[in-house]
Amino acid sequence: MYVAVKGGELAIDNAHALLAAKRRGDPAVPELTIAQIEQQLALAVDRVMAEGSLYDRELAAIAIKQARGDLIEAIFLVRAYRTTLPRFGDTVPLDTNAIEARRRISAVFKDLPGGQILGPTFDYTHRLIDFSLASDAPAPEPPCRSDAVAEPAPRVTSLLDNQGLIERNPVGNDTQSTPDLTRDLLTFPAARELRLQALARGDEGFLLALGYSTQRGYGRTHPFAGEIRYGTIEVEIDAEDVGFCVPLGEIEITECEMINQFHGSVTEPPQFTRGYGLVLGQSERKAMSMALVDRALRAAELGEETGAPAQDQEFVLSHADNVQATGFVEHLKLPHYVDFQSELLLVRQMREEHASAQRETAATISSPRSAAE
Amino acid sequence: MSAPPSTEQPSVAAMPNGYNFAYLDEQTKRMIRRAILKAIAIPGYQVPFASREMPMPYGWGTGGIQVTAAILGPDDKLKVIDQGSDDTTNAVSIRRFFAKVAGVATTTSTEAATIIQTRHRIPEAPLRDGQIIVFQVPIPEPLRFLEPREAETRRMHALAEYGLMHVKLYEDIAKHAHIATTYAYPVEVDGRYVMDPSPIPKHDNPKLHRSPALQLFGAGREKRIYAIPPHTDVVSLDFEDHPFEVQHSGATCGLCAAEGVYLDEIVLDDRGGRLMACSDTDFCEKRRALGHFGTQASASASATVGQAGKGDAT
Repeated sequence: MYVAVKGGELAIDNAHALLAAKRRGDPAVPELTIAQIEQQLALAVDRVMAEGSLYDRELAAIAIKQARGDLIEAIFLVRAYRTTLPRFGDTVPLDTNAIEARRRISAVFKDLPGGQILGPTFDYTHRLIDFSLASDAPAPEPPCRSDAVAEPAPRVTSLLDNQGLIERNPVGNDTQSTPDLTRDLLTFPAARELRLQALARGDEGFLLALGYSTQRGYGRTHPFAGEIRYGTIEVEIDAEDVGFCVPLGEIEITECEMINQFHGSVTEPPQFTRGYGLVLGQSERKAMSMALVDRALRAAELGEETGAPAQDQEFVLSHADNVQATGFVEHLKLPHYVDFQSELLLVRQMREEHASAQRETAATISSPRSAAE
Repeated sequence: MSAPPSTEQPSVAAMPNGYNFAYLDEQTKRMIRRAILKAIAIPGYQVPFASREMPMPYGWGTGGIQVTAAILGPDDKLKVIDQGSDDTTNAVSIRRFFAKVAGVATTTSTEAATIIQTRHRIPEAPLRDGQIIVFQVPIPEPLRFLEPREAETRRMHALAEYGLMHVKLYEDIAKHAHIATTYAYPVEVDGRYVMDPSPIPKHDNPKLHRSPALQLFGAGREKRIYAIPPHTDVVSLDFEDHPFEVQHSGATCGLCAAEGVYLDEIVLDDRGGRLMACSDTDFCEKRRALGHFGTQASASASATVGQAGKGDAT
């Protein structure tokens, strides 16, 4: 018996209660603390901050807990919260030369001023599951500290730039005229600063796949990891009222400068070109992918052959945002019975017409004499 | 929009939940209102706007929600429907959202509402002067599936270059003997812009034409707002020898015996049992309250009659 669908409200309440219970899991198991998530799932926190476009470790940790570890859901929570925050002003552009590097590597020179700093990295670990982590392992020994005095670490690209071997970075805008993707909308063709903003908050997996595709021949850029830096840097805001810059605090960032295939013309001698990646928190995978895709998106500007997916800015930028993507893919769960009904009506009508046409044909064939007459 | 966006609106402090009235901050609401005014001034034209992330997923009505948030005043009465029904889960969720963050009165009655947010339907009861209907739009660009590039489709609109759309409709007729678009059927607005009416069944297209209500369309993920001002001509695209026609299943509502309304097909069992019932639940309930009963009304009368208006809440 059909009962008109009433009770959506009750169903929603029950679903939310179930979700809350599922999130908590077995009450006999101690509840996760926000500090534990922040400290021990730090890279998950970093990803949520980066793609959520909001630097707040505690908020990201709460979102991860609330989302039961579903990072895209956590990113979504952070983004929706971000909408409600007022905007006070623009920060002064970061000079990433001033980064206090925990990690700094270059793949293009064996050694260089400032040295190679490996820092905390999964690189060169054997990916063997460490069964000692299954139980409460004692805290690891603190790493030994180098007594070496940190020497200045000039940018690898500036070393090349001094010799004119790499294209110059464009002169920066003042912050007032820099468009803000989160306050204005993306229009096409999008300038590089907007593209970089979109990539910086884009889905890590999507950018990884696109960056990878350029390495496999869909828009090759012949990249070298010129320099990757991860560390802390101070953020300042230009306080007009007091007339000088006021520090807001420190953030962690990962920066990647790719050095790409050279380029020259009749008027300009051959030079290397650049791809750039910058991500909140520690994520080299994302920063490198971003740099690859940034360079691929410059193909038309540099007069290269285009047509690969990673070179198509409408394709890349329209699909890089995982909050948009997951929303639209998952909206297929919403009822569509009204649209489906109208399709049903048409298909039924067309099938009827098809059947009657078949019957007519069959009648003509089965009585060839009458047809011949 | 019944109250002007003035200082009369509840302040942040007035909202117990800590959010601004109707969630969005006033600057954002002003930005959206500007886009709405432009959309009304250029009927059917898709106005880009800086869509915000909302606490519901993209594709679940964020465009409609932002439009509603921008026009909502404390005295408004809001109705939210999805597939014609007030009780589908997403409609419930959006109605609750505004009850919570704006504290406005909600209703399920089409006649009582000042703002109706909808997904995929236009109510059966005619809308009146002063009402606003807000459509949730997934893909605002009617040419998108013919040309995937935004830069290109904007140029086509600018030049009113709609030949491609007519070719598509012609090819449908050549292949299927019908125009095979049954929902989101493209319309021409005010003799100029071809517009996607959102995925309403084409049954509802005639209701767009010269409606006394203001019709607003919001696409959050695609960041577009467009509008049909009251009493504007809206023509469904067709050909002289293949005029636009609405679909008729020939059935009447099994619950309220309504004719000529859009019906849902509800599968009753696995032996082919079906119930055809009004998709517009408010319309159906009101008819039954007035004593109209269909052939299958008895089976469900006990469960539904008397619930008309139950959703009214303040």
